[in-house]
Amino acid sequence: MLDVLIALMPAACCAVYFFGLKAVWLIAVCVGSTVGAEALCRLAMRREMSVGDFSAVLTGLLLAFNLPPDIPLWMAALGSVFAIVVAKQIFGGLGYNPFNPALAGRAFMLISFTGPMTTWTKSAWTLSAGSVEATTTATPLALIKKGAEGFDWSQAAFIKDLFIGNVNGCIGEVSALALLIGAVYLLVRKVITWHIPVSFFAAVFVFAMFKGGVPPLVHILSGGCVLGACFMATDYVTSPITPLGKIIFGVGCGVFTMLIRTADPANGGYPEGVSFSILVMNAFTPLINRWTRPRPFAKLKAQS
Amino acid sequence: MKTVKSPFQFPGGVHPRYHKDLTADKPIVDLPPPATLAISMSQHLGAPAKCLMKPGDHVVPGQLIGEKSGFISANVHSPVAGTVKAVEKRPGPTGALADAVVIETDADQPAATAMPPLDWSTASREELLARVEAAGICGMGGAGFPTSVKLNPPPDKHCEFLILNGAECEPYLSADCRMMTEHADRIRIGVEIMRRILGGPAVRIAIENNKPGAIKAIEKAFADISGDVELVVLPTLYPQGSEKHQIYATVGRVVPDGALPIAVGCVVENVGTAAAIADAVDRGLPLTSRVTTISGDGITEPKNVRAPVGTSYADLAAFCGGERGAVRKVISGGPMMGFTVPNLAIATTKTTSGLLFLTDKSVFQYSSNPCIGCGRCLRACPMGLDPSAISCAMEAGDVADAEARGVMNCIECGACSFGCPAYRSITHFCRRAKISIRARIAAEKAKAAKKG
Repeated sequence: MLDVLIALMPAACCAVYFFGLKAVWLIAVCVGSTVGAEALCRLAMRREMSVGDFSAVLTGLLLAFNLPPDIPLWMAALGSVFAIVVAKQIFGGLGYNPFNPALAGRAFMLISFTGPMTTWTKSAWTLSAGSVEATTTATPLALIKKGAEGFDWSQAAFIKDLFIGNVNGCIGEVSALALLIGAVYLLVRKVITWHIPVSFFAAVFVFAMFKGGVPPLVHILSGGCVLGACFMATDYVTSPITPLGKIIFGVGCGVFTMLIRTADPANGGYPEGVSFSILVMNAFTPLINRWTRPRPFAKLKAQS
Repeated sequence: MKTVKSPFQFPGGVHPRYHKDLTADKPIVDLPPPATLAISMSQHLGAPAKCLMKPGDHVVPGQLIGEKSGFISANVHSPVAGTVKAVEKRPGPTGALADAVVIETDADQPAATAMPPLDWSTASREELLARVEAAGICGMGGAGFPTSVKLNPPPDKHCEFLILNGAECEPYLSADCRMMTEHADRIRIGVEIMRRILGGPAVRIAIENNKPGAIKAIEKAFADISGDVELVVLPTLYPQGSEKHQIYATVGRVVPDGALPIAVGCVVENVGTAAAIADAVDRGLPLTSRVTTISGDGITEPKNVRAPVGTSYADLAAFCGGERGAVRKVISGGPMMGFTVPNLAIATTKTTSGLLFLTDKSVFQYSSNPCIGCGRCLRACPMGLDPSAISCAMEAGDVADAEARGVMNCIECGACSFGCPAYRSITHFCRRAKISIRARIAAEKAKAAKKG
């Protein structure tokens, strides 16, 4: 757990760098609310205290990362409480939750507070080049959803902005670079395996390739894709346990993400699909585990 | 003899810290016969030996004190000259009670009464097999399977490979390592004898690569041996010493579920057993002692001790300078599959490979938490099971689900519990499942027998 918190530090630093004190408050409120909610819950349930395992801290941090910088703090607190109480403790606590608590909290907030969750007031982001004015778009994904006529998607300055994080978005998702540094740390420490992130990215890439228009790389670097693929879809409790299961899971996440992202805006399609895609795949995890049992020793191929 | 690297690797396994440096370079020392011995009739797999002694009897070294009773059973001999004080139930390391002959050792110890030495190169297969049986030899790697039964497969099963298990994959243990380093020549004779008994199979000697001294000694002793003999150097990986996995690592054959190694033409024997076979044949000595590694951070002088069977753990500890510091846990065997013992009044048997004294620095108390699905146990399991699912099933009391997931193939190696971040006693859940399933099968059999 501590390893994951360490891995998220670069992204946390970027959040504060790009969004300032707002990010600090948001993280503080979310983490405080998740830890407090868990402590009270365990007391009320008469179970042993579990905040020492740092999972509530992680949920708070990840939820904060998934929120816009200007979200009112009381909403963030409410979402945090929902994430812990409804999406985790009610099921029995760590290990028993079927859905990723941070994403469940975010989904709750998206439905309950749709306006604030989709309002981006940061004005500092301007497209370095191209014919679309900054004030008419909010985030790269909004740009994709709206469809930017004549916008040069593969211009280097744009890609650089996406990679480093000089764009609008949720406070922890903007800097792909910072997140990838953390992901590499987790891979080296053997906390996560490559299966889910790689299959998630691969599915997004292939889908975008066939769809055409927006380059696959832009899709991967936009929105919560890197954050989701590396830190949220890889949650042990809610993802499959075997390597093949993880690949199926990652591909499913990528496909659902793209289906939601590329759905017709006139019919109410959301710009972002990562959170919902992971939640949907969480629901499939028990089934995937049933389909992908490990290979018994007796089924090894004899070599002589 | 050729030395080759292990051609295959089984999936799974873990890398515990080995701590073998505590005793790997310490030559074997002999324990002088202790004042009292408590020799169990149940030192081997199978039916206990039938006790031939009663209180007051006098015994001489090498005398038969327990007779093999049944097909899977073994003889038991006295290591010393002495007087039988009692024949009573004594607990073994698991707590199970078994009849034990308690002997008060004489002050004077004459030379052991030996059976006539045999020339293995001219003796017949039957003579050699009879000698192995008479000497009460059983698998000294830990399982204690009667060797004369293992070396005598049914006529329809042919042995193609004799595999000598020198892996000693458990942490701390170095008894086999020292046996190979110091008595490689005796092991060679044991191999020659087993080869004759089994009808000339190819031989593979498996040693983990963390024992360079043992590898050199075996290479030297076997340099000019005839026939298809290879030394296979295995990567250091737990449980490399597991029979099925060693067979796969050396010859690439897969023993089917529920079957014995002979089903794929293999017989696996421990190096200590090989040396014991040599002693039985060319010196006529029955199996009455073995090398045990006494180690851990809680013993003053870690050693590899050759002691007579029936030696109390207390005597072994005293011989090694006594306990050091606050000993929290004493383990009979290795830390992965050994048994935690409640006191030192337990006696050694033919299969006691180690006695570990561990302090606060080596062990800690924990409480188990729910499974978080990290998959470490699944990746570690050498039998390709899903230990996390089995442990969750057993927590819910669902033995049927555990059985459907293949828990009967679990070898109880402990690799799953070893890496669990939630400190779940996964191996114990598997053990409980197996015990439930065995009990159910036994009850069904009894019911069917009653009906028929």
